[in-house]
Amino acid sequence: MDWTWFHRFGSPPHFYRIAGKLIPWCAWLAAISGVAGLIGGLVLAPPDYQQGEGYRIIYVHVPAAVLSTMAYATMATAAGVGLIWRMNVAHAVAASCAGIGASFTFLALVTGSLWGRPMWGTYWQWDPRLTSELVMLFLYLGYMGLRGAIDDTARADRASAVLALVGVINLPIIHYSVDWWNSLHQGHTLLKFGKPSMPPSMLVPLLLAMLAFVLYFAAIVLVRARGEVLRRERNARWIAELLGAPS
Amino acid sequence: MMHWLAMGGYWPYVWPSYLLTLLVLVLNVTFAQRSAQRARMDALRRAQSAAAPQGRS
Amino acid sequence: MSVPAIKGVSPGRAGWLLVQRDLRLGLRRPGEWLQPLIFFFVVTTLFPLATDPELSRLRDMAPGALWVAALLSSLLALELLFREDGQDGTLEQLAVSGLPLPWLLLAKTCVHWLLTGLPLVLAGPLVATALGAPYASIPGVFAALLVGSSALSLIGAVGAALTLGLRRGGVLLALLVLPLAVPVLIFGARATSLAMAQEPMAAPMYLLAAIAVLSATLAPLAAAAAVRISLE
Repeated sequence: MDWTWFHRFGSPPHFYRIAGKLIPWCAWLAAISGVAGLIGGLVLAPPDYQQGEGYRIIYVHVPAAVLSTMAYATMATAAGVGLIWRMNVAHAVAASCAGIGASFTFLALVTGSLWGRPMWGTYWQWDPRLTSELVMLFLYLGYMGLRGAIDDTARADRASAVLALVGVINLPIIHYSVDWWNSLHQGHTLLKFGKPSMPPSMLVPLLLAMLAFVLYFAAIVLVRARGEVLRRERNARWIAELLGAPS
Repeated sequence: MMHWLAMGGYWPYVWPSYLLTLLVLVLNVTFAQRSAQRARMDALRRAQSAAAPQGRS
Repeated sequence: MSVPAIKGVSPGRAGWLLVQRDLRLGLRRPGEWLQPLIFFFVVTTLFPLATDPELSRLRDMAPGALWVAALLSSLLALELLFREDGQDGTLEQLAVSGLPLPWLLLAKTCVHWLLTGLPLVLAGPLVATALGAPYASIPGVFAALLVGSSALSLIGAVGAALTLGLRRGGVLLALLVLPLAVPVLIFGARATSLAMAQEPMAAPMYLLAAIAVLSATLAPLAAAAAVRISLE
């Protein structure tokens, strides 16, 4: 197996250039699939036979929830790569994931509770998914807090990478324990979200919305990571050449 | 149109969700661009001061 | 406060020496490790004052009160774990000693648990009785706290190592450790409430033990990585 692409991706100038090329593609594709998903979800999809029009929150809630998990997975993967291969670019990507992941976790919580009000009759229910989403928000905030508390970038990168990896081992345990805890205390079965069998007219907009969120996430992370790379490498020669300063 | 906006009586839940999503999306773009821009300006300033004769020691 | 000569010593012997040293140092200052215990008593006293002193009502929330108090006081104790040794350079000596650092940190964590966790475990049944637990449930409450508090110490060691030497370490430590302690809290409180209801408590106890074993395996590795990072 040829690993040169991996090492080349780890070289800051190369990453900076490739990311710059990828960003417009991600952004435009995200915008197109987002608009298509929005029209499909808000206008074309039929109302649900149980929840009426209220279920349309699914087109923002589920993608936000998916993204909150995906951002954590991306962050932990990048952190692990950065820790093992001492790759600065990977740390820059990990650092870029936290803020956006936290904001989408928050979004998933708020849209979930807005959905819960008409469906459960209450804004907050100690539902296992909402509870583990809340714990995940705390994990994100801890990660960002740790990063903010350490002044030295290299130390902040490595310490927060350890935390991200510890968190990624813990997330399944937390999710499982919250599930278990909830099944004991929930006497009656609640209305379940995310029915497995959805007609295509509902499912296709949902998939489009998820695709849009994922591409949007990629674009934002790349923009942020480019900034982080510049900040980490600010004294490097390639930056001076890149920015066209007289040398 | 009004019928659509009413969302079958669910408008107080559906529309705030979508508005908040829009807000989160826009804010993330703004913050990301601002931080990238700041990093670029900082790097540019450093590159220029390094290139200037008195900057070299 | 010198490190015993641990170079050229087998890891097992070094761990034992470190346990002896930490125990001796800790026992010399009982005020420090008694504070979390006193905190535990104070917090569990506050619960009846803030709610309803009727024993039958207290019994319902006793497991929750017990475990939240245990979690908070183990959190309070965590600052003692590495602070002193980080400041006087002992940790650095351990890191460069050539002995496996995760193993040494596991030894330190064990002593920390002996000094701050075990008193909570011993005091737990007493507090539970005051909160309305029947006498027959004492072995169960004791067992749950025994396993759970060791898991809490191990998980906390990672947080303590990550926040080593940071200025705003205290609050940050809580923010890092509390979410990770959620499973321990859930299974521990459940085991305690089953014990108080005189029902079989095997299921949550197995899960609690699984978490403790997993933490004993992985937490020292993560803590060692974090200590090395903080020393760079």
